[in-house]
Amino acid sequence: MYKKHLAATALVAFAATVSQASAQQTLRYAFQGNLNTLDPHSLNETTTLGLQGNVYEGLTAKDKGLKTIPGLAERWEVLDGGLRWRFYLRKNVKFHNGNAFNADDVVFTAARTAARNSQLSVRLPKDMETVKVDEYTVDFKLKTPNPILHFAWDTWYMMDKEWTEANNATQPSAPQDTTPGFAVLNANGTGPFKITEHQLGVRTTFEKNTGWWGKPEHNLDKIIFTPITSAPTRVAALLSGEVDVIDPVPLQDVARINASANARVLEGPEVRTIYISFDQMRPELTASSVKGKNPFKDVRVRKAFYQAVDIEGIKRQVMRNASTTAASLVSPLIFPQISQIQRFPFDIAAANKLMDEAGYPRVGGDTGTRFEVDLDCPNDRYVNDGPICQAVTAMLSRIGIKINLLAVPRAQYFAKANSPVYNTPFYLLGWTPGTMDAHNVLNDLMMCRTADGSGGKGQFNNGGYCNPKVDELANKVLVEVDTAKRDGMILEAFKILHEDVGYIPLHQQALAWGVSKNVEIVQRADNQPLFYWVQKK
Amino acid sequence: MLAFIIRRLGQAVLVLLTVSLIAFALFRFVGDPTQQMVSQDTSVEERMQIRKDLGLNDAIPIQFLRFVTNAARFEFGISYQNKQPVAKLIAERFPATMELALASAVFALLVGMPMGVYTGLYPTSILSRLFQMISLIGISLPTFLIGILLIFTFSVALGWLPSFGRQGVVKLGSWTTSFLTIEGWRSLVMPAITLGLFQMTLIMRLVRSEMLEVLRTDYIRFARARGLKPSAIHFRHALKNTLIPVITITGLQLGSIIAFAIITETVFQWPGMGLMFLQAVQTVDIPIMSAYLLLVATLYVLINLAVDLLYSAVDPRIRISGKVA
Repeated sequence: MYKKHLAATALVAFAATVSQASAQQTLRYAFQGNLNTLDPHSLNETTTLGLQGNVYEGLTAKDKGLKTIPGLAERWEVLDGGLRWRFYLRKNVKFHNGNAFNADDVVFTAARTAARNSQLSVRLPKDMETVKVDEYTVDFKLKTPNPILHFAWDTWYMMDKEWTEANNATQPSAPQDTTPGFAVLNANGTGPFKITEHQLGVRTTFEKNTGWWGKPEHNLDKIIFTPITSAPTRVAALLSGEVDVIDPVPLQDVARINASANARVLEGPEVRTIYISFDQMRPELTASSVKGKNPFKDVRVRKAFYQAVDIEGIKRQVMRNASTTAASLVSPLIFPQISQIQRFPFDIAAANKLMDEAGYPRVGGDTGTRFEVDLDCPNDRYVNDGPICQAVTAMLSRIGIKINLLAVPRAQYFAKANSPVYNTPFYLLGWTPGTMDAHNVLNDLMMCRTADGSGGKGQFNNGGYCNPKVDELANKVLVEVDTAKRDGMILEAFKILHEDVGYIPLHQQALAWGVSKNVEIVQRADNQPLFYWVQKK
Repeated sequence: MLAFIIRRLGQAVLVLLTVSLIAFALFRFVGDPTQQMVSQDTSVEERMQIRKDLGLNDAIPIQFLRFVTNAARFEFGISYQNKQPVAKLIAERFPATMELALASAVFALLVGMPMGVYTGLYPTSILSRLFQMISLIGISLPTFLIGILLIFTFSVALGWLPSFGRQGVVKLGSWTTSFLTIEGWRSLVMPAITLGLFQMTLIMRLVRSEMLEVLRTDYIRFARARGLKPSAIHFRHALKNTLIPVITITGLQLGSIIAFAIITETVFQWPGMGLMFLQAVQTVDIPIMSAYLLLVATLYVLINLAVDLLYSAVDPRIRISGKVA
């Protein structure tokens, strides 16, 4: 009996050595949400595009510091005064199914991206023409110059024309389709990894693409992606060593993970800016005690609100220092010159004085209320979004503003506060420019909008901030090809917004990933899960 | 008997119609599904077009009618988020939930019944007090807390069991099972206990109070007087007569086990229907939500029917008549 037991132990030990000798490096990554689609043109969302970016590639790429570098194109040049962009493709690139990558694939991908149900159509100007010059050269012809044409092309992924046509997937699935598209469940890219198994909501397995054109900077053979919805479970899975990387880590667990033996928290600045803003458009607010006029049309009221917000208090108490205080709507990682703008100081006395001047006295003595207004807030969208709104509510009570806080799940929040209804007097929102360029902020948050947000300007300017001077600058920025001039105009627009107090910028929240101690991973400020720089010991 | 079944099935259709009507009335308050399907760069015009394409601008009665006619043909549409047929998604998730529910029901019965019998027979012993305490925990602690406590004890601190997922899954035709592998059982243990703890407590308390009741009756006293062995008295005579309410409760609880699996599945990332439903609520995926609600309602109706039939089998005094009473 004893002998038998011993033999069994020896066998187990032997098996363990063998499996270690032939061990494959597998990275196990857990994210809070599902990977809903493998189709690179159907969903324009950071994590989806990030995960797909391990499989598919764009003409350009971005390095660890978000600088644009060559991707599937070796180089490019701007011709005809900015009206023609010529891209020279790499010649040794193959898709995972063995097909060669060439100019026909680029022309095909451009057409698929512009199709009706593609969310990536925003990557390409509407009137752009894609022309094949030869097998490995493509021209993009524009009607007006666009200095940032290729800024977000690292996530404009190239598909194989033959594969896509053969599988009847030449268009992204439409919302009302009754059969799922082939490309939703299958992938065929050129990237450093290929997908070998995809069980929706359970597991997606990536394996190393041995035929990749580039030189791998990772040492992985396999990646297993698992969604784990519940935050405590995600943390537990990291601490018990069942997964190597988790995203995100709840702020209250950061200290515990850092204190553990086998994992640490990787924190870094994210480019998303969180802000509060006001309805400055309607003649009367939708939910306020002030009737017959809109107090937020008065810049003194907006400035008083701004100065009543103790941003350092929010950073310390609510964000546990995991945030970077912001003075404007764009991160310095995207537009460095923005650091020339300074926040208005936190000053309760000044704020009270401004409210008095604006003609909203306290009713019922020194601690009385000036007026009431609703604050709409999501409670599951941004890091500690609900608690931020609670803090703001308490802070504004010090200048006699009674806030009725409505913190709800994002599904309800967005239906209420966003286009086309914009049914909110005072709201919290966050913004990452999809193009990673400041013009997107001018266009979407600062330009005057129509009542329902149609027309392509100011769609997320939910409060309807409007200054014709900003509009004029934004239109000029769009076509200005001289970088210094362009940056000057962008900064001027942000300065005007600052003086107008169109928004109360709060902060850029920090990214927090939980990472096993034997894994080295690059955390880029755009929060994409990229595995091609991962080293696992 | 047949008439009884047919009448109950007729009532079931009514129940399902009511459930879907209420669900449809509620969906308007969940949020706007298009907001969850588009990117921030999608223009207002395109968003409007998607709403129109999905038929969300039609009047509620028209949407409801469309849903009912499709559901009658077992067509539940395509998930807004995953772009896959809802029927297929639910079919993939169904085995995970059913196995979990079955395992927890069996756990609740196998542990709850003996504990109930013991505490009924020896109400003052120390072990009985311990059982009572456990049952208090089971009844008062919320499911997610029990789950997290188990995970932190057995996965993080001791490293014995996996903290998430359903592992060791074997495919048997269109069914998937985790019953056939050791890994499968290891990943099943904690979710099954978490989900079944409340039911176990309920069964234990029920059996205990029924036992106390029955042990006081005359026929037990006569049995003792006849000099029967205690085990025969306790199990053949006493326990058997406590079973009717236990069957009813267990049967009815099976329905709520399936429904309550939502929380347990989320805590353990168990890939069942409940987890999918919760994600669908967060993203306003109406096709998944409506199909899931209908399915759960159907299961409830079927379980109730089965319980009624079982009733008459266990207790011959109860007759099911085909006539309207």
